[in-house]
Amino acid sequence: MPIKRGVSLYSFQNETFQGKMTLEDCIRTCAEMGANGIEIIGEQTFWGWPEVGVDDAEIANWHSLIAKYDCVPVSHDFMLDYKRYKGREMPFAEQVASVKKDIEFGARLGMKFIRALVSIAPEVLVAAAPYAEEKGIKILIEVHAPLHFDHPWIIRHAEAFEKSGSDALGFLPDMGMFLHAFPPVWKEKFLRIGVPQNIADYIEKAYADRVLSEYVILNVQQMGGVGPAIGMAETLRHNAAFEPKRMLDYMPRIHNIHGKFYEMTADYVEPSIPYDEIVAVLKQGGYDGYICSEYEGNRWIEDAMEPDSVEQVRRQQVMLATLLGEPAPQLRAAA
Amino acid sequence: MMDNKMIVEGSLETSDKGFAFYGRLPYYRGLGLSMIEDIQITADGEAIPREDVRFHVRGKTYTLDQMETVYDDRWNFGEKAKIIAMKPGGLPAGDHKIEFAVRMRVSYLPFVPTTKDTKVLALAA
Repeated sequence: MPIKRGVSLYSFQNETFQGKMTLEDCIRTCAEMGANGIEIIGEQTFWGWPEVGVDDAEIANWHSLIAKYDCVPVSHDFMLDYKRYKGREMPFAEQVASVKKDIEFGARLGMKFIRALVSIAPEVLVAAAPYAEEKGIKILIEVHAPLHFDHPWIIRHAEAFEKSGSDALGFLPDMGMFLHAFPPVWKEKFLRIGVPQNIADYIEKAYADRVLSEYVILNVQQMGGVGPAIGMAETLRHNAAFEPKRMLDYMPRIHNIHGKFYEMTADYVEPSIPYDEIVAVLKQGGYDGYICSEYEGNRWIEDAMEPDSVEQVRRQQVMLATLLGEPAPQLRAAA
Repeated sequence: MMDNKMIVEGSLETSDKGFAFYGRLPYYRGLGLSMIEDIQITADGEAIPREDVRFHVRGKTYTLDQMETVYDDRWNFGEKAKIIAMKPGGLPAGDHKIEFAVRMRVSYLPFVPTTKDTKVLALAA
């Protein structure tokens, strides 16, 4: 089966936050791009989830929109607020019960997967796995920068998943961990908030040269950098150019992909994330799930301009269709 | 994120008891009210004491201390909540510089973010 295209509605957050796009607008927009896999963050798309709950009428509306635009529910991304109580962490049994609630919610929405944030302990997911199996759901932990597939925390999850013997546990890699160049939209934002040009140029070059983050931070301090300049250098602590091929060892448990991107240029290039290499690795590994667009450039440009999330996602979908060898003429129409 | 969209334009109102405006949570999802650690308001540079701030959404009004143990209500994604400052006399007509900051406890973050918006809002005479 070929790799399929989808969109996380997270991508349209700037528009949905302001009420400029409805759920129907989002789903129709994805369908028009040939990206028929729909991923959501449950508590972004559905007011009330999880503390208050969501009425059946809302769920019925979701299913009717999915049917109307011939789309496929892919993933409900859940949060698990284990810091719900001030000053004490949510007890283990309550965390497991909370995950079960999200499994149930995912099932109501017809999802195949629910996304777990990477900070959740493996024991919680293992304890919830039998219920996920019962509901036909897989729980996927999002492997997201600064974590990566060789990090001990991820290896601990992988070991716990294997030991559990459950195939309801897996991974959802976020492509932002393969950040091969310092994103131009990040640099521009740091320049706008006062980072001197020479320091911004140095950090960009140091990132390209793969210099250890701690050395870059020290050098920026010695160049006279303060405040936002240190902040720009510190982004290197949380981002790195890991290798897409590291996904290959985990292919049997990788079931969804976050197509993270910060900017798509007018000629359909993500300047900082090597999607050609990523798609080649996924093909090599026999991946047959969705790649869901996840536009995160919004927060880097919103101080200077209104993000055009739909056009950004459209450009990424054109790129993905091309890399996947799909004919994509309908995508080239103006959004 | 959404920093510059926190204060809803044109929403400032006043009464004898204080003033109010609509505010949105600067986040890509909603949050249970127990995770809103603080809401800080200033009007023309004057800070409103924490105990004089009220949060009103869908017919319910909370103090900030009450919100800390509210586990069955939320500040939803993009939802406009009425942010109330109890200030006898309210504000006079004219332009007012309003600062609005929210500190929230986000489970997965290794820090507790505070996000702030500042806007000049007009009060009709």
